[in-house]
Amino acid sequence: MTPELMQAGAEARARAAARSADSGYAGGRTVSYGRRVEPGVVDLAHGRILYLEDITVSFDGFRALNKLSLDIAAGELRCIIGPNGAGKTTMMDVITGKTRPDAGSAWFGSTVDLLRLRESEVARAGIGRKFQKPSVFERLTVFENLELALQADRRARAAVAARLSLDQRERIDAVLRRIHLAGEAQRLAGLLSHGQKQWLEIGMLLMQDPQLLLLDEPVAGMTDEETERTAELFRSLQGAHSLVVVEHDMKFIEALTADDPGKKVTVLHEGSVLAEGSLAAVQANEKVVEVYLGR
Amino acid sequence: MSAVLPGAREAAAAAAGALAPALPPAPPAPRRAPGGGGAWTGVIVATLAVTALAPLLNLVVPAGSAFHLGDYALALTGKIMCYAICALAMDLIWGYTGILSLGHGLFFALGGYAMGMYLMRQIGRDGNYQSDLPDFMVFLDWKALPWHWALSDSFAATLLLVVAAPGLLAFVFGYFAFRSRIKGVYFSIITQALTFAAMLLFFRNETGFGGNNGFTDFKRLLGIPIAQPSTRMVLFVLTGLVLIGFFVFARWLVASKFGRVLQAIRDAESRVMFCGYEPVAYKLAIWTLSAVMCGIAGALYVPQVGIINPGEMSPAASIEIAIWAAVGGRGTLVGPIVGAFFVNFAKSWFTQAFPEFWLYFLGALFIAVTLFLPNGIVGLLRRAGGLSALLRRVRGGRA
Repeated sequence: MTPELMQAGAEARARAAARSADSGYAGGRTVSYGRRVEPGVVDLAHGRILYLEDITVSFDGFRALNKLSLDIAAGELRCIIGPNGAGKTTMMDVITGKTRPDAGSAWFGSTVDLLRLRESEVARAGIGRKFQKPSVFERLTVFENLELALQADRRARAAVAARLSLDQRERIDAVLRRIHLAGEAQRLAGLLSHGQKQWLEIGMLLMQDPQLLLLDEPVAGMTDEETERTAELFRSLQGAHSLVVVEHDMKFIEALTADDPGKKVTVLHEGSVLAEGSLAAVQANEKVVEVYLGR
Repeated sequence: MSAVLPGAREAAAAAAGALAPALPPAPPAPRRAPGGGGAWTGVIVATLAVTALAPLLNLVVPAGSAFHLGDYALALTGKIMCYAICALAMDLIWGYTGILSLGHGLFFALGGYAMGMYLMRQIGRDGNYQSDLPDFMVFLDWKALPWHWALSDSFAATLLLVVAAPGLLAFVFGYFAFRSRIKGVYFSIITQALTFAAMLLFFRNETGFGGNNGFTDFKRLLGIPIAQPSTRMVLFVLTGLVLIGFFVFARWLVASKFGRVLQAIRDAESRVMFCGYEPVAYKLAIWTLSAVMCGIAGALYVPQVGIINPGEMSPAASIEIAIWAAVGGRGTLVGPIVGAFFVNFAKSWFTQAFPEFWLYFLGALFIAVTLFLPNGIVGLLRRAGGLSALLRRVRGGRA
């Protein structure tokens, strides 16, 4: 036993003790050993829906993510801010299987290794993603866009004979009303305004009903009223769903954290976490002020 | 020249006749390719024209009559219906899925060669050399059939080969290309290279497909003389029914959820993946189907035209298929069929009237369509239909 190893062991014990203080109990069960892995069910026994550990991504020598570690609690609404190039979008690419990191691990719940899954498998596991630039199926109608996002058998053979049931129709109608596009159901998605496209994409996420939603600048290009409604919608989703919102707009972050001033906000900078804490604490943090205002 | 011109006039007359049924009135909703009852009326009219009207005008009406459908026009229309099947296949993969193939001529030729092998064996001992082997093999001093001709004596096996050869090649090629996420212009270039490589391979005598002469001088099909009017008519009717059948099938397919996923892949492929779909499976399915359709078209083409050679695999032949689809209107199903008829009747007239200018005309046509008619002829007609509906509404409003 070298002193270094003993030191590392002591630190690990201290970390474990600190962690158990807030995550010992979750989902109606206490943490225990010997749980079964159930396919299709995300294991939340440790109270965490997403773990990222020491993720590193380099593009031609440029480190987009530098040993990023982050974890999201089940039901949490986490806001992530950071200047341009801080690695926010790359982080989402890693989680959703679009980019493979050079090092590190990413877990969905305690049992799903995200780094082994393709994009479509990540989506089927229960992670939904909204892109920065609204991406909808422009030459299909709003209704058809939602229909394709509806949870169903994703295989080609099943799609040939697929018919919408009455329940599914009602579900689509409910989401249409929720995203305020009920009057536009038969319009081509390409003809919607920018803000409406953003809403449609959010609606497609709702249809997928994922446990974890990753939202990349969801209110870009929205009017103030639309932004306020979006914040309301996201606040209503937390608890039943976990959300990670990447955003520049501080007013929107304020609206998202309005219900609970202690809600965690994470600041990314140069590919790793610079600060984490309540919005007020983060805004008062000297390092954060420095990064945002420049040296 | 003057001896050929009457044929051209007949062709133009046939063009008018054949185009009419292929052109259903523009459906009221401009966005949906599968329109309402209009398309069904078109399908019924086209079926009647192919199965009843054409045989009647060709076989029953005497040759001197003004209503007589000449053999030349019949052969030309039959050939173009084969092209129209290719254009329809191109629409499924390009218009609906957004994948531009510049190698569909290869699948067409493979179907044609499979049928050609059977037709060569049907010649029997009636060839120039009176040998059991096809003439070109005697000429090359071959003593036995090469292994890949093993199935060529059986018509059933030939039908299987017509579907399997292009289908299998497309499946294997598509699997690797789509799995490697090769997209856009890169995919188009690779398909172009594929058909070019195949053409060079088929040009070689050692490949065993007749080299640059290909197969010709067919005598019989299923033991029946191939050149007699009734055989030609049966082939014509069969081709027409296959075209109509594929059209109905394609309409059903694009209206299904499967078809909507294809269009979603065209519009935003990454969104499709993040919705949980695996685009590779969908692309591979429609790609293989499209190749098989071309193979069947090729198999119908060869007995009607009487020749198949590696020229069908030339890059230009594949590009022409894409031009038919673009001229007629992508993503409309009926458009590419109209485009195939329009361009090919224009070609048969132009190459007789101004043989040296045809390629210039084709190029100009493609540029004009790209610049001014992004939705092709059908898009133009629908816009005209929409305009007249608007005018009617305006007038109705005033009255």
